Amino acid sequence: MGKYQQKTIMIGGGILFGLLLILAQFKMIDLYVQSVIMFIGVNIIFATSLSIVNGYMGEFSVGHAGFMAVGAYVSSLLSVILFTVDKETGMSILPPSMSIYLFPIIIIVGGIAAGIAGLLVAIPSFKTRDDYLAIITIAVNFIIITALNNMDFVGGSRGYMGMKKVIYGMEGIFKFPYMLFWVITFAIFTVFLIRRFITSTFGKGIIAIKQDEVAAEIMSVDTNHMKLVAFMFSSGLAGISGGLFAHVIGYVNPGSFSILKSTEGLVMVYLAGMGSLSGSVISAILFTILLELLRPLQIFKWVLIPLILIIVMQFRPEGLMGDKELSDYFPKLKKFYKFK
Amino acid sequence: MLTTLLQNIINALQWGSFYSMIALGYCLVYGVLRLINFAHGDIFMVAAYIGFVFVGFLLKFMPGSGMYGWIVLAITLPVTMVLTSMLGVFIERVAYRPLREKGAHRLYVVITALMVGLVLENGNLAIFGASSRKFPEIIDKVVFTFGGVRITNLKVMVIVTAIVIFIFLQTVVNRSKIGMAMRAISYDKFGIPLMGIPVNKVVVFTFIVGSSLAAIAGVLFGMSYPVLDPYMGMIIGWKAFIAAVVGGIGDIKGAFLGGFMLGFIEILIVSFFSSNLKDLIAFTILLIILVIKPTGFFGVAKSTKI
Repeated sequence: MGKYQQKTIMIGGGILFGLLLILAQFKMIDLYVQSVIMFIGVNIIFATSLSIVNGYMGEFSVGHAGFMAVGAYVSSLLSVILFTVDKETGMSILPPSMSIYLFPIIIIVGGIAAGIAGLLVAIPSFKTRDDYLAIITIAVNFIIITALNNMDFVGGSRGYMGMKKVIYGMEGIFKFPYMLFWVITFAIFTVFLIRRFITSTFGKGIIAIKQDEVAAEIMSVDTNHMKLVAFMFSSGLAGISGGLFAHVIGYVNPGSFSILKSTEGLVMVYLAGMGSLSGSVISAILFTILLELLRPLQIFKWVLIPLILIIVMQFRPEGLMGDKELSDYFPKLKKFYKFK
Repeated sequence: MLTTLLQNIINALQWGSFYSMIALGYCLVYGVLRLINFAHGDIFMVAAYIGFVFVGFLLKFMPGSGMYGWIVLAITLPVTMVLTSMLGVFIERVAYRPLREKGAHRLYVVITALMVGLVLENGNLAIFGASSRKFPEIIDKVVFTFGGVRITNLKVMVIVTAIVIFIFLQTVVNRSKIGMAMRAISYDKFGIPLMGIPVNKVVVFTFIVGSSLAAIAGVLFGMSYPVLDPYMGMIIGWKAFIAAVVGGIGDIKGAFLGGFMLGFIEILIVSFFSSNLKDLIAFTILLIILVIKPTGFFGVAKSTKI
């Protein structure tokens, strides 16, 4: 009996996901709700990936949106170049029908590119710590944004578009809410991957670095290797979120990956609490919904949201969840799922 | 060629002065509390707007030229400094101190600072609208020419002010009793209250000095580059902070020189390459410096205890 009970939430979630896809397939939920759900998914990936570095490793990375930009641009460029019809030759490099299968691979390639960009932060982090590392991340964010601004083949500051055509092409072949499916799938996959990584013996080295780097090194944790893995993993996942973000909106410009976007990520991580994965997921959901609910306020939205956060910080100085998971607060939940 | 270079150096000195003045404000707060006060750039922006509003108010009663211009400036500067200090202390009192006293993680205070910055920026945007404002010209421009190199009296004023502020801070922090308390707090946060040093009073003093610096910089910035918009503080603030770190944050000399260094790099890039590449090259240089010398030029590596 226990065996089945442990899968309750998994099965329930699966049914919910299927139901959502069916509803979206037959246009029972409107596009606005769909897009909000997709933004929630993107933000979950963004927040949880940032929580590897900022939450579990205890470093202060302020330029996470830069890696999101790398992923967004690389995957958008790939999908547009590969699957849209070239004006001169009149045909695309790969047949558009292949885009259905290759889409997740393109997103992952974007993630890998972002992971390589993560080296920009990972290598300095061997020698640098704390606030000095924070500055390096800010500088990297600025560098990526200004580099994109100066690249004319991706449109410079005007931005880059054409991803919608690829998505429409996919929908033309077989009608299915692809983006919704892939965003949620990638979000679940990311949370699962991070959970596995953090709880593994190897991944516990990251938490050891947070608690005491020198002691961790004495205890035979290869701190440099650990940092390299953590930064590249984190920025790679941010790249995946960027790729999805670009394809959901269908338009990217460097301005949308500025420090402000990084700040949003920081808010989601620290609102959750440092080192709480389920907290990051919950705060990503709450934050995105809050953003959408307050949209009618227009400019006052960005006055009200920081104010709310300042007040939340005053009452919960360790974040909503602290460093505990949801199952620590509700131990009975453990009966219903086994997330490993 | 030589005159262009000299002219550029003068421009860089002026541009760097602003970075320096803001970097010094970051450096003061960081030196005492180990807190990256991300709201500082926005306090600078608010100061420029307070100056703008107050000058506009004064110009209704007196003409803004000749002798009167200087009187307007002489009234505006102290008023802006007082109002901005009140804002700085208010933020400290309401947002930072409760968190410190609850023993929150250092980074939560930093996030709060980021949020305060957003509130200031967007609050300003909501009040004044997105269109940029023009700071009125209050003092008459006098141009000195030395062999083809033109220096306006405003430039001289800005550069001299930055240097005077630096010397003032250097004396306060290194020579005075309250400066000693400031250094002591950064050295040992827990032992200091036991020695009878009123930590909170020292922190408030730090915020008053830091915000007054931002006020002076804000008014002078409005006079030198008379276009104000709500986001100007954010960008200049982030850059000034990076400059302060490259110079070596926690050390006044480092922050001061870091600001000038960034000013020089930016102006020279603009004059020899293109202004589009300004941020790219400047940040790459700063990144390389930080990778080679992780604590900045004058920073001292903090020893870590096991």
